[in-house]
Amino acid sequence: MSNLKEVRIRIASVTSTQQITSAMKLVSASKLKRAQDAILKLRPYSAKLDELLESLVVSLGNDVQEEIVFAKQRPVKKVLFVVITSNRGLCGAFNANVIKRTLALIEENYSQQAAAGNVHILSIGRKSSEFFAKKHFKMLDTHNELFDKLAYGNVAPVAEMVMDYFVSNVYDRVEIVYNQFKNAAVQILTNEQFLPVKMVDIKEVKDKDRNADYIFEPDKTIVLQEIIPKILKVKFYKALLDSYAAEHGARMTSMHKATDNATELLNVLKQSYNKARQAAITNEILEIVGGAEALKS
Amino acid sequence: MKVDITTPDNKLFSGEANLVQLPGLDGSFEILNHHAPMVSVLGMGKIKVIDTAKNVSYYEIKKGIVQVLNNTVVVLAE
Repeated sequence: MSNLKEVRIRIASVTSTQQITSAMKLVSASKLKRAQDAILKLRPYSAKLDELLESLVVSLGNDVQEEIVFAKQRPVKKVLFVVITSNRGLCGAFNANVIKRTLALIEENYSQQAAAGNVHILSIGRKSSEFFAKKHFKMLDTHNELFDKLAYGNVAPVAEMVMDYFVSNVYDRVEIVYNQFKNAAVQILTNEQFLPVKMVDIKEVKDKDRNADYIFEPDKTIVLQEIIPKILKVKFYKALLDSYAAEHGARMTSMHKATDNATELLNVLKQSYNKARQAAITNEILEIVGGAEALKS
Repeated sequence: MKVDITTPDNKLFSGEANLVQLPGLDGSFEILNHHAPMVSVLGMGKIKVIDTAKNVSYYEIKKGIVQVLNNTVVVLAE
């Protein structure tokens, strides 16, 4: 009976798909563990840097803030978007969300610049690279290879390049769009202004009142000049680590759902397979009985 | 005093120590117990740590920042 055979073939194919999705889930789970460790290690580091900056700014006062090259506010003529997605798919709406948010931001805030062709994209992750290349956006660069080996030493040069572009007036504003890692099941779609740096509000910091009277070596300005690029680079690296951990979380949940769906589908298929088989047997018996009856009479 | 030496990728040292020698921009300097609060920029070089059991260990860094507060030394290295 052809129906029986069809169902059997479908069962076989769903079973193999289920095996693949559950294997991918396990792989993502173990990668997630490592990625999660990395981001959780970096967060205290960057929190410490922010704390140092706060106490510096308090002791230096407001005037110095305006002298920092990375904090200069200029009329926004050229904008750079750093779009961080994953290299691989099969992780639900992870990449689509980032791309959608980027397009919405360009539409909302920078439509004039975009019309003049002054919104450029720096894509990290193959999914966004492919999308924006296809839509004929102006690409500054793509760095899909960063995810192959995610280390501070590899990421810092890219961040430095972006910072150089800002300082040399090529871009007046740099925005980052990425998925922030919250836990395995939840990613927070985030967009941040990377440059110019939003400086600390002195009044707010003073209220916290936890700042000791530090000795600054060699002097305050040198410490400030050292700490701000460092904070920026760490921020950039953090965005990448966040996105990487979030990617594996997203893939794990979506593969989990896929496996569940496959199990459900298999149950339905098995039931209809059994029904069809039983129908075939009943039919055969009926035929035999019918044949026997015919012979008797 | 408590000493933490970290890079963005991992933790190099964490624990109690008697002495830390650091490569400052204007030359090497040491931090002992109960140092005054300080923030300093570090250049390229070696960090030397002598822990409470008198074991000496060295860590190479390219640059970094050190914060001393409440008898805790935090080195944010690269």
